[in-house]
Amino acid sequence: MNVSMTVNGEQVSGDVEPRQLLVHFIRETLGLKGTHWGCDTSNCGACVVLMDGQPLKSCTALAVMCDGHEIRTVESLEMDGALDPIQQGFHERHALQCGFCTPGMLMTTRALLDENPDPTDQEIRTAISGSICRCTGYKNIVSAVRWAAEHEAGAKSEA
Amino acid sequence: MQTPAPFEYERATSVDGAIAALGRLGAEARIIAGGHSLLPMMKLRLANPAHLVDINDLAELAYIREQDDEIRIGALTRHVDLLKSELLSERFPIFRDAETVIADPIVRNRGTIGGSLCQADAAEDLSAVCSALKAEVVIRGAGGERVVGMEDFHVGPFTTAVGAGELLTEIRLALRPGAGSAHEKVERRAGDWAIAAASAALWIDGGLIAEAGIALSAVGMTTIHLTRAEELLRGKQPSDELFAEAGEIASADCSPSADGRGPVDYKRHLAGVLTQRALRRSAARSLHQEA
Repeated sequence: MNVSMTVNGEQVSGDVEPRQLLVHFIRETLGLKGTHWGCDTSNCGACVVLMDGQPLKSCTALAVMCDGHEIRTVESLEMDGALDPIQQGFHERHALQCGFCTPGMLMTTRALLDENPDPTDQEIRTAISGSICRCTGYKNIVSAVRWAAEHEAGAKSEA
Repeated sequence: MQTPAPFEYERATSVDGAIAALGRLGAEARIIAGGHSLLPMMKLRLANPAHLVDINDLAELAYIREQDDEIRIGALTRHVDLLKSELLSERFPIFRDAETVIADPIVRNRGTIGGSLCQADAAEDLSAVCSALKAEVVIRGAGGERVVGMEDFHVGPFTTAVGAGELLTEIRLALRPGAGSAHEKVERRAGDWAIAAASAALWIDGGLIAEAGIALSAVGMTTIHLTRAEELLRGKQPSDELFAEAGEIASADCSPSADGRGPVDYKRHLAGVLTQRALRRSAARSLHQEA
């Protein structure tokens, strides 16, 4: 059946089987391989994208259920060659090793900062509690989110 | 790769439309809301519906409001909204206790109270919460609505009173004076299913327990409703000794199985301790003495 949605600001559509999962629609139909496909059981968080601004595990949503909605993937973070502050934070604080969980971590923490621009370490830890980093780099991930929060706040006060 | 078996999909645009679709499509049709219980079961072929009727657009089923001396919760209300509701937090803080430890924040963005209750998984938290609060649920079919108490709602493991062609639409919680409620859960890691969990509610009037509700998760084939312990508490003065006695009943009246989460004696012990703790917190909240 036909499905159409907004992905990273662009209207896209495709002819899919109702059973196609959103993660496969994004990766295979749209060719956006930034979103990782991990545990397939809504545990690991590697496949997190934003639907209408809220983090969603895209392995546990049907593409047809997202018809008419707005999806953001990790590809949307970088704008005109400039990294999003959350991406810069991950770079500055070395918040990735193998990088497999990173797309989901970035989208989850981007949504956190959109809702709560100055989260405590505990709030950051709660926000990423549905995302697993098998390199166990959580300490640096929390530090990266703090970095982004501080630099976003700085950027806003300068503007 | 885990993908569900093929099925037909349609999106409901009204509650009546969803019920009509269920009637038209027959017993192999299922409602999908958050999908965070149903889709994993479909991937594993534990559920193989031929048709899915998507009710995510039915905004009229997503609400938490006070009406006619009840709190009424629409079936499509998501975990995140139950967690953030100030009304619910004030009236029945047990929801905040439970929602803090149900799955993870991302899953809570999608999962719904109606889906949780209809999944009727014995390890799930909200079924115990609603049992302890002595909730009633509204089930709507082509012939109209009926209201069913939680004791009649869960008829067995993964089985509810919702019949073919019917939809759970609302959860009702009576507002009575002196209410205090709490949920206690032990899990192996953040977001996991409970090793054991206990939900308790007390209504204390003039220093005596007028009514009590206690239910356990993950220590039996279904949510365990502790009627014997409730009977013990009624009419008595709340005390640590009384709650310890209720905890002993909880340990005796549950029926856990040994699995990766622990052996039977450990789970019985947990059920007792968690029941005691939930009762203590319920009493403290009822009497506004929570530390």
